Amino acid sequence: MLAYVVRRLFLAVPLLLGITFVSFLVIHLAPGDPVQSLAGGDMTMTHDPKQYRQLVELYGLDKPLHVQYWNWLNRLARLDFGRSFGPNARPVLSMIAERLPITLLLNIVEMLIIVAAAVPIGALSATRQYSTFDKVTTVFVFIGFATPEFWLALLLMILFGVQLGWLPISGLRSMNWEYLSFWQQQADFLSHVTLPIVVATFGGLAGFSRYMRQSMLEVVRQDYIQSARAKGLAERVVIGKHALRNALLPIVTILGLSLPTLIGGSVIVESIFAIPGMGQLMVQAAFERDYPVLMGNLVIVSSITLLANLAADVAYGLVDPRIRVGRRRR
Amino acid sequence: MRGFWRAFRRNRLAIIGGIVTVCLALLALAAPVIAPWDPNRPDVKKILASPSRAHVAGTDQIGRDVLSRMLFGARVSLAVGFVSVGIATFIGIALGSVAGYNGGSVDAAIMRLVDLMLVFPRFFLLLAVLAFLKPSIWTIMVVIGVTGWMGVARLVRAEFLALKEREFVLWSQSIGASGFRIIWRHILPNAMAPVLVAMTLGIPAAILTESGLSFLGLGVQPPHATWGNILNEGKEVIELAWWLSVYPGVAILVTVLSYNLLGEGIRDALDPRLRQSGGRVGGRGR
Repeated sequence: MLAYVVRRLFLAVPLLLGITFVSFLVIHLAPGDPVQSLAGGDMTMTHDPKQYRQLVELYGLDKPLHVQYWNWLNRLARLDFGRSFGPNARPVLSMIAERLPITLLLNIVEMLIIVAAAVPIGALSATRQYSTFDKVTTVFVFIGFATPEFWLALLLMILFGVQLGWLPISGLRSMNWEYLSFWQQQADFLSHVTLPIVVATFGGLAGFSRYMRQSMLEVVRQDYIQSARAKGLAERVVIGKHALRNALLPIVTILGLSLPTLIGGSVIVESIFAIPGMGQLMVQAAFERDYPVLMGNLVIVSSITLLANLAADVAYGLVDPRIRVGRRRR
Repeated sequence: MRGFWRAFRRNRLAIIGGIVTVCLALLALAAPVIAPWDPNRPDVKKILASPSRAHVAGTDQIGRDVLSRMLFGARVSLAVGFVSVGIATFIGIALGSVAGYNGGSVDAAIMRLVDLMLVFPRFFLLLAVLAFLKPSIWTIMVVIGVTGWMGVARLVRAEFLALKEREFVLWSQSIGASGFRIIWRHILPNAMAPVLVAMTLGIPAAILTESGLSFLGLGVQPPHATWGNILNEGKEVIELAWWLSVYPGVAILVTVLSYNLLGEGIRDALDPRLRQSGGRVGGRGR
């Protein structure tokens, strides 16, 4: 097992390099004068030819592309993501470190909710194919697929925020946060993250319960399910133990594959609900053309996705006895 | 083909989806003729007018008719959907067929690229690219297309791996047909079915992406009306004018839903393994 993880980590290095390379190309192949946009469109700086040259040299743009990439990579290896182009020139890494925990927390909670709800929903609608429950969930799934996240967020904001006034619709803390007791602070936090989590869970829930249903439908037609029934096992055991375990296998893989989509969803949810996370940072940086922040974000988020994919593969090996990774695979 | 139609016709939801998609396309095409008002003409006397007979979906902050704007927005959304899926399909077919036909190191290299692209959270990548490009309808189409070809490439590659061992390919090779000709004339037509499904399901995905980007203000820019940026403007007056936040969203929902139903219908009708519950699905070990 350990050998497998190490080998996979080793294989992840070229992928990670590829990520940085594509990220680098994305910025440098974009048309337009980079200095113009890097200087934040500050005309007084770019009009003076001398200062213009200084800027070009400062950013190393006079060097050939491969040298620029190498320099950039060197700094990256030392975890130097540069400084923001914003007015206070903060180090990118500290900006990201400030915002990463909340995005991670929300995504992990969302994922747990999605799996916890989608597995029973999918399994039930598969074992009761064409029942009312199955039909209702199918309708829900199709609507869930077709609902834009940001629109659902708007509707929920109108209903729970504006009309009913039950839940706050922006930020993570109330104005009077500092004056609340510890438990009130936790409750305040919970009420702020409720709507974002509901919105982010909705689409994923639809997708996963569909996959789970599909996977379960395939499993219950297998011969070993027949023989489990023939042995006289209770239906509860046949479905709950024999079928469910096998139906869960592809779900683990899909979970790993759909991570980029889930994390990408943070962009919309965080900017609508004004949550200070990675997604919101990304949108701000995109508007301000804050190049180091964009690049840092892209690299960090893709690396996390890569690691999570690895974790999903390892988990797959743990739940599937046929794939005892590292031992029988040679 | 006849088996396909028989199976497809039985799927009532897919038929409805198909009809709605055609209607939407016609509405979008006819927008300049049927739109009751000029979508870009402000009217200071009718700022944020609630839905009425004159303005069925109300008006926005500067008194433009929302229904007319939505009709013109449909043109943008559908155009972005079709063109970006076209671009993605083109790239996907090109890379997928080369990878599947050649195999070996070419295949390995292309598939690593696919893995790489799949690891990127797409929305982050889109934002990074859009920050440095001038946002326009064309940029959006190209950017969505260029970041969305991986699924098609995988499908085409898988089909090619299976098809290239078949007799008709060996026969063409034996009489000296060029690789390009074999890929293009002989294998590709046989591999198009799953691609067609992927395209049908790709259009609504692209529409969702475009509306999300426009909603964030990084997509198609005003004064061009799109469903996404009407919603973006509606967000500012969410407490005053619900119609600005509701109707464009319904339009997106209906469009995406009908394309999804159509796409799933085509897939179910094409794939005999999944047709009805009678046939057993083949072993999972494949």
